[in-house]
Amino acid sequence: MSDMWTTKLRNKWQKNLPIEKLLPDDQPAYVASWIYVFGVLTLSALGVIIFSGIILAFEGPAWYHTSGAGKFVNSLHFWSVQLFFVFMVIHLWGKFWMAAWRGNRLATWVTGAVAFIASIATAFTGYLVQTNFDSQWISFEAKDGFNSVGVGAWFTVTNLGQMLLLHVAFLPLILGAITVVHVLMVRKRGVVPPIDAEPISLSEAKR
Amino acid sequence: MSVNKELKHEFDAAPWKGKTKRYDFIKEGVIALVFVMVLTIGLSVLMGSPDEKPLTFKGWAVSNSDNFYVTAVQELAGTSGTATYGAPYNKASDGLNIGPLWLQKWVGVTRPIDSVNDFVINPLSTQVLSSDIASALATWNAAADAQKQAWATAYDDAITKVEGKLSSVPAGAYGPVPALAKGLTDMAKAGALDAALLSQGGFFQTDNTKQILFFGDGAYLDDAGTAANLQGGTWGMMNETGRYPGQAWLWLYSFWYQIPPFNNEESKPIGANADAYIMALMGVLSLGLILIPVIPGVKSLPYKIPIHRGIWRQYYEAQGIKRRKK
Repeated sequence: MSDMWTTKLRNKWQKNLPIEKLLPDDQPAYVASWIYVFGVLTLSALGVIIFSGIILAFEGPAWYHTSGAGKFVNSLHFWSVQLFFVFMVIHLWGKFWMAAWRGNRLATWVTGAVAFIASIATAFTGYLVQTNFDSQWISFEAKDGFNSVGVGAWFTVTNLGQMLLLHVAFLPLILGAITVVHVLMVRKRGVVPPIDAEPISLSEAKR
Repeated sequence: MSVNKELKHEFDAAPWKGKTKRYDFIKEGVIALVFVMVLTIGLSVLMGSPDEKPLTFKGWAVSNSDNFYVTAVQELAGTSGTATYGAPYNKASDGLNIGPLWLQKWVGVTRPIDSVNDFVINPLSTQVLSSDIASALATWNAAADAQKQAWATAYDDAITKVEGKLSSVPAGAYGPVPALAKGLTDMAKAGALDAALLSQGGFFQTDNTKQILFFGDGAYLDDAGTAANLQGGTWGMMNETGRYPGQAWLWLYSFWYQIPPFNNEESKPIGANADAYIMALMGVLSLGLILIPVIPGVKSLPYKIPIHRGIWRQYYEAQGIKRRKK
């Protein structure tokens, strides 16, 4: 049975990420700073973005221009995006100053940085599908940058249909997948120890 | 790797064996979610969100009909921004380059736009026209390409010569061009051009490229952008209409447009190709962000500037750990 792919995958998962690691009820004593809150705040803001985005998707991109409820949901979407970036940037800076890539956590940093870039792309397409003056202006201005390096041949910022599909389907899927992988990696490796924390053997070697 | 570094790496990588404390992830997550929801709802109720009405061709033609008229002539003469753009819309220019890399030109025309027909002739053809405009359209359609170009160029040049003052344009061999431009201006004033440009005679349409590009060829969109403080040269990329925060996360992208040589179009090769150079630069910097942990110098900054002493202050104090000398 052990040659089954399913069994192999399950065994690997259980070895690397048992439920106690995935959902622990304790943490190292050094996890005691407000900076640790910004990761979960970023995820919470992402949750509000997705929730408000789903409502906007059901009603269509022009709904909020004419409906009070639509305007409110659009505002939720707008402000949760602003908060999402504030939290994420603080989280990113925090992890930088903690050199949080130490101890085989390079991939955790890389997925986090890619998630940041994917978030910028997702938010950018969101600004393009507002169907208002701002999206007219941004699409006219932004096309030159993308065209200048050949990307505009396929990524057409003036094409509302393309931007809408990328914004509500493709990019959230990519961002969601990277975020899940990022969080699983954090849980698998645990929270990075303090920079100046020393292993006992190292302290002894110095004496 | 030295023995000390190796030991430290193993220590950082291994599961934590030291002191632990209770930590309720679910409770933390729920509190964070409630906090963000309350904050979001509060901001939404207090501030709302930006929603400036989109510009229309009707608004342009009514508020600045001369500028619209002149732009229509430029579309016919092939001298507008769109007509002379290059890839991906046409082959009128080579576009921008980064040294020997002519990426814009190399990808070719993938979104073809014919400013004469797409912007002027086709939309006019969808309308029930007055006899003089219909006659002008018939004359245009029956003429040879060289003749059409000669008429439109002559009229465009004449307008340029009198600096856009239409009443001062002398009589000349302009053929049906003035009538076609007037016909399109009247069509726009009546509010019929927006939909005609989008549909191009079809039914379903979700691509606004032609409308947006035509808009950009005149002064209407540009003036509105300036009035809303959205121009690229004044950090417009990260601004939003009204008193709302925009895409502040694009600050670095926007930053390059504020400084030389990027902000000087006359400066070759970089300023003249600023869009391409800045895109490439941001691509490199984005890659740099991803690879910070392996970039010498940058990866050492957290050790040299000890902000971590503040982050882990409680732990360091409790353990009596002094700052390590690297």
